[in-house]
Amino acid sequence: MSLTLSTQIINLLAAILLLIAFAMISQRRILSLINLFALQGLILTVSTCVVAYSTAQHHLYYSAALTLLLKVLMLPWLLHRLIRKLNIKWDVETLINIPTTMLAGIALVIFSFDLAAPISQLTDSVTRGLIGIALASVLLSLLMMLTRRKAVSQVVGFLSLENGLFFAATSATHGMPLVVELGIALDVLVATFIFGIFFFQIRETFDSLDISHMETLKDD
Amino acid sequence: MDNINLALAVVFQLCQSLLVVALAPLLTGWVGQCRAWLQNRSGPGLLQPYRTLHKLFLKEALLADNASPLFRATPYILFGCMWLAAAIIPIIAVDLPFSQAADVIALVGVFALARVFIALAAMDIGTSFGSMGARREMLVSFLAEPALLMVFFTSSLISQSTQLPHIVETFSHHAFVLYPSLAFASIAFLMILLAENARIPVDNPATHLELTMIHEAMILEYSARHLALIEWASSLKLFAYMTIGFALFFPYGIAEVGNWGALPLAIVALLLKLTAAGAGLAGLEAMLAKMRIFRVPEFLGTAFLLAVLGLLIHFLLGA
Repeated sequence: MSLTLSTQIINLLAAILLLIAFAMISQRRILSLINLFALQGLILTVSTCVVAYSTAQHHLYYSAALTLLLKVLMLPWLLHRLIRKLNIKWDVETLINIPTTMLAGIALVIFSFDLAAPISQLTDSVTRGLIGIALASVLLSLLMMLTRRKAVSQVVGFLSLENGLFFAATSATHGMPLVVELGIALDVLVATFIFGIFFFQIRETFDSLDISHMETLKDD
Repeated sequence: MDNINLALAVVFQLCQSLLVVALAPLLTGWVGQCRAWLQNRSGPGLLQPYRTLHKLFLKEALLADNASPLFRATPYILFGCMWLAAAIIPIIAVDLPFSQAADVIALVGVFALARVFIALAAMDIGTSFGSMGARREMLVSFLAEPALLMVFFTSSLISQSTQLPHIVETFSHHAFVLYPSLAFASIAFLMILLAENARIPVDNPATHLELTMIHEAMILEYSARHLALIEWASSLKLFAYMTIGFALFFPYGIAEVGNWGALPLAIVALLLKLTAAGAGLAGLEAMLAKMRIFRVPEFLGTAFLLAVLGLLIHFLLGA
């Protein structure tokens, strides 16, 4: 088996990305969750750079820079500021039954690897094995959004889902056109701002960021 | 020529087995000394485990009135199992004659055999602490064992063999390749090592605080030479686990059979690796806090998850 060094590095980074997705599922603290999200962005930046270098696709450097700026620096900073203002920096979320969630996560990984196997036959790119991992991290982020009850962690789940999609785009097709990427980046940024406003509204209305309160729509 | 090779191999095997038994308490002493340094204590010195063993062997063995023969036999079985395990693992040389006797799955079985006997012996006297320790040990080990098997399966899939010498040969002789699956497996293995050797965060080997202990609770009733053998077996177990870790994830510097020249180098490499690993273990223990017993399933569940992920990633990426 002769894999080039860059392919090996990309594979390793992809594996780390998957590991971070699992770490996010099992993380109780909101602060650590945001740090994990920043780390995920950093891994994404490095892997995009390696893909750009190994395939000589120069526009990928721009998207790597965009990722670094937005997902490693800007969004985590915004979220840090938000949780400081909301005074929930040390909040600990009570998670129900982490091992079961983990097992569900493993099932999702197997499912997405199986699903991605025929797709990756279609391309002869160096990174074809990674579509499965990207799909798995998208599904794991979805799982995280399903299992969380705090609004902030749901937003982090949403953002990491976007990370997974971005990784899928880089690994499967060497990135989207720059216009599309810029559009998505702007969308994510704006969404985070709007979520921030929502957090304040939710807390003002319910005195808590637990979204299970939103299930009862009537005033008691 | 074949005869000479065989004779050499047997000599290597003997050399390795004796070295392991002699060195195992030293490793425990080194870990303890490192821990003491990290806690700003001067520490008991590297040779403390030998002194403890010496003291225990000189004492008169006391047995409870209702102890069955099983209770008396267990320390010897335990010591034998750990020594056997250490003889199977390629520690200073690959392709030793004894390592053909068992593959990694049998190795897990050897550890399980020792565990069954120590748990039975713990319940034999009928004290509540013994039964409690045995129950907890079983809780920890029944979660750690599948994870350990998964780690072994990952390496076996890469090297296409369940024989440890073959695995070592595959990893040490090929060009350097990054295996993401092995990275996962190594983290999982580290967690299993901590749990199986009664280390912090799962158990604290230095405590006799009744409510939190696992391993110590099981051997409360033992004294003198029986206790010495059990302590020695624990050192051997730690040694065996560490060398399994080296064999799977860092096999460089190991000697070939028949290559006398490489033997001193292999021993030096082994000592260096053990020094580094022992210091690392002590550092890890100094940083972690002991977790509640009901968090242990979560901890070992994570180890299992990592091992399974490694396996899956091997299937997906072929690496």
